[in-house]
Amino acid sequence: MQYILQNPGTVLKLTLEHIQISLISVAVSIVIGVVIGIILTRIKILQGPVLGLAGVLYTIPSLALFAMLIPFFGLGLKPTVFALILYSQLAIIRNTVSGIETIDPSIIEVAEGMGMTGWQKLFLVELPLGLPVIMAGVRMVTVMAIGVATIASYISAGGLGDLIFLGMQTVDLNVIFAGALPLIILALGADRILVLLQRKLERWREDLPSTGLVKEG
Amino acid sequence: MLQYILTHQAEFMVLLRQHVILTCSAIGLATSIGIPLAILASRIPFLERPVLLLGNLGQTIPSLVILALCIPFLGIGFAPSLAALFLRAILPILMNTFTGIKNVEHGIIEAARGMGMTENQILWKVQIPLTVPVMIAGLRTAVVQAVSLATLAAFAGGGSLGDLIQQGIMMVDQERLMTGAVSTAALALLADFIIGLLQQWLTPQGLKISA
Repeated sequence: MQYILQNPGTVLKLTLEHIQISLISVAVSIVIGVVIGIILTRIKILQGPVLGLAGVLYTIPSLALFAMLIPFFGLGLKPTVFALILYSQLAIIRNTVSGIETIDPSIIEVAEGMGMTGWQKLFLVELPLGLPVIMAGVRMVTVMAIGVATIASYISAGGLGDLIFLGMQTVDLNVIFAGALPLIILALGADRILVLLQRKLERWREDLPSTGLVKEG
Repeated sequence: MLQYILTHQAEFMVLLRQHVILTCSAIGLATSIGIPLAILASRIPFLERPVLLLGNLGQTIPSLVILALCIPFLGIGFAPSLAALFLRAILPILMNTFTGIKNVEHGIIEAARGMGMTENQILWKVQIPLTVPVMIAGLRTAVVQAVSLATLAAFAGGGSLGDLIQQGIMMVDQERLMTGAVSTAALALLADFIIGLLQQWLTPQGLKISA
């Protein structure tokens, strides 16, 4: 606690940096991942290979991925955000696909029967109904990004990892704690907020009136 | 990269071996403690909420933080690295086993009870076999996370392939950097692949048919 009380400015600055890194990566990841996910629901043959590739990327240890990106991006924010985006794709793409594909087929039929165009069906039916599942993916990705961004301090990305590394080098529990406490609060806080949002969306999805059509198959 | 490995063969093999030993011993410990603990906890009703809470809490803590927090207490070297890997790995194993046992369909347990099975028989012959796929999925997460955290053990003096990455970054030596990065990535993918095979092999026949 001592270090935080003595250097509130530093801790705050690093916390804001950390939030910035995580937010940028998560925001970009969502846009890319959801678009790829939607494409995969249209071209189903690509599902296996794309999800497989995302799975391989996800398995690579973070320090190794950062290291591999250094020759291309140098040090700092760029390789960090790029790595976080690569890691996020598995969860976002997979959840977008399953969110859209688990929608009651009769609802899709109704949308088509009403004469909706492909885009209308996507924006008025599929995406809103798939949202709770997509949110679950966003939640995983956010907690992951906050954690992995810690390691990115080692490649000069800044953020709360700076304090963790400093504390590890000087074996100073105070400094480690000054990094760990805001990190844990950040991760738990983000997780809680997104859980609440997800539950709200789920309830909303369940409350939708059933179409009463007989499901085929 | 191959050249680097060939010219630094002895050093590379030591790091590789340490990386594997670190990961395997952490996974071994986490499995042998996590699974019995989860089975035990699943038998005691009032433990459900605390276990779930602890599991969710623990999984949001970044790996590097766990490693860093082990250093002031255990010094640097193998001990804090092993402790951190163990703590990281036990959660997915414990949580998956626990929720797997808890989520076995109620009707199946009732059918078993109706057949006259004792509670112990239900646990060993119904609940646990049905939980195996979920359990192995947890093991898979644990192994991938452990290989990844073992890379970071380089920062705690644990000695692993992460050392090559760390040195490569510090010395701006791209050969060394890429050797470390590619070999850890390959190790993680290989571990994931092996557990995938294990998963197929250990899944009870009955589950494969219904799925």
